[in-house]
Amino acid sequence: MSISIKNISKSYKSVIALQDISFEVKPGELFGLIGPDGAGKTTLFRILTTLLFADEGIATIAGFDVITDYKKIRNSVGYMPGKFSLYQDLTVEENLNFFATIFGTTIEENYDLIKDIYIQIEPFKNRRAGKLSGGMKQKLALSCALIHKPKVLFLDEPTTGVDPVSRKEFWEMLKRLQQKGITILVSTPYMDEAALCDRIALIQDGKILEIDSPKAIVKHYPKPIYNVRTNNMYQLINSLNDYKFNHSVYPFGEFVHYTDSRTDFNPKELKLYLESKNLSNIEIEKTEATIEDTFMELAK
Amino acid sequence: MNNNKVIQVEGLTKMFGDFTAVNAITFDVDKGEIFGFLGANGAGKTTAMKMLIGISNPTSGKANVAGFDVFTHAEDIKKNIGYMSQKFALYDDLTVKENITFFGGIYGLSRKRIKEKSDALIEELGLEKVASQLVGSLPLGWKQKLSFSVALIHEPKIVFLDEPTGGVDPITRRQFWEMIYKAANQGTTVFVTTHYMDEAEYCDRVSIMVDGKIEALDTPKKLKEQFKAATMNDVFLKLARSPSPPEASGLPKGKGE
Repeated sequence: MSISIKNISKSYKSVIALQDISFEVKPGELFGLIGPDGAGKTTLFRILTTLLFADEGIATIAGFDVITDYKKIRNSVGYMPGKFSLYQDLTVEENLNFFATIFGTTIEENYDLIKDIYIQIEPFKNRRAGKLSGGMKQKLALSCALIHKPKVLFLDEPTTGVDPVSRKEFWEMLKRLQQKGITILVSTPYMDEAALCDRIALIQDGKILEIDSPKAIVKHYPKPIYNVRTNNMYQLINSLNDYKFNHSVYPFGEFVHYTDSRTDFNPKELKLYLESKNLSNIEIEKTEATIEDTFMELAK
Repeated sequence: MNNNKVIQVEGLTKMFGDFTAVNAITFDVDKGEIFGFLGANGAGKTTAMKMLIGISNPTSGKANVAGFDVFTHAEDIKKNIGYMSQKFALYDDLTVKENITFFGGIYGLSRKRIKEKSDALIEELGLEKVASQLVGSLPLGWKQKLSFSVALIHEPKIVFLDEPTGGVDPITRRQFWEMIYKAANQGTTVFVTTHYMDEAEYCDRVSIMVDGKIEALDTPKKLKEQFKAATMNDVFLKLARSPSPPEASGLPKGKGE
């Protein structure tokens, strides 16, 4: 296994950051850790990259123990923290050279691996890192994390605050790196990015809610789910929340996702109820559950 | 001016030197509407919003916000709008109550009114138990809800939300949207900028800025039909994907993005 985590727990004073976390990431896998701020994602990353001790449990990266073999791990993994951590007053090229040098390599030696990414920021190689735009900083940070050809790559919320175009490009880059045999553990609060991973772990409040492929996770959703729309969104939400048979009511863009607590639910009945609440243009249609629906059901 | 239009913008432009950050944008926003203002990093969203909230002078064009002209009455605009951003919202080292009192005071509410508002707000948000705790100790989702309520404390005609819901869990995010729907239902106009395209789907209408111009403006449903796209994310990618990234202009980009 590229990453093996067994019963890891970590607390900060009275706050439980991670509670009995176990999972494995296979060689060459693109594995996503999906959860909101405060779920424990960064704590787990820091433990796996040997920057923080767990209170309990064991973890190995590329076969090395995170405590006893920490030096070997540091040489064989790449880590891109959530906060931009490069030297702001070194230029793009100086940063990359610096990271290559401390890992005992050169830009030329592993240029092949970073070429696709670095080529996009190379025109600005004499600009100080602090003066780059968000998208460029992200590309430089990824180049620096890759320059020593790591076996395992840790990316902590690489796409947070990045616009959809840059996010899409970033995920395309990850797919290409995966094809070069690099194992990737990536965390994100964006549920829609989960679908781009081979497998995902849903995490909230320091606990894993579920681990599986994105498709399988969605399939496990326990109930039929309906898109409901009317002429007035706010009154629709209130009416559904007041409906005594509701199981869940969640706004989802132009619709509300509704599930019913009964097994013999008839949408016509719901329509009559909504009409009695003076709502009009009522549409009720069956729809497919998303990762987000599953996450909310599990976190309920 | 039409009373139902709380934001009216015509040919609004902002230049920095010879760089056109916002290029002659034109749009209206209705009373009680939830209006999504989208764009890629560097498209000009933040610059445009700064003009609308009266903290940046336009180079040319016209804009009327909450009944006031952005050129001549910027200070009146500030008093008549609410503003919430993800980056700065509340003082972490003041308590919940102190924050409410502080912002109520800034907006010129009387002590009596602040007390009433504060009690009502704490009850509505279910914050009774933490009312005397420092805001810094609260979970992010609570802070966001509180921050939104504080932005509405002086009952503004419009509330501007700058990337409001990043990072919170999906259930809390929906509770936040329910608050937005409620405010809109009571007649407050909600102007939202966001990177989250699924969030754009919640808006009544959405505009998408590309390289300083508004390239699309309609309901999410109609935009999806127009661009033959299944989601707003696909609409955005079709519109915003440009061969040369905005970086190529060589200028540093707005901080808010």
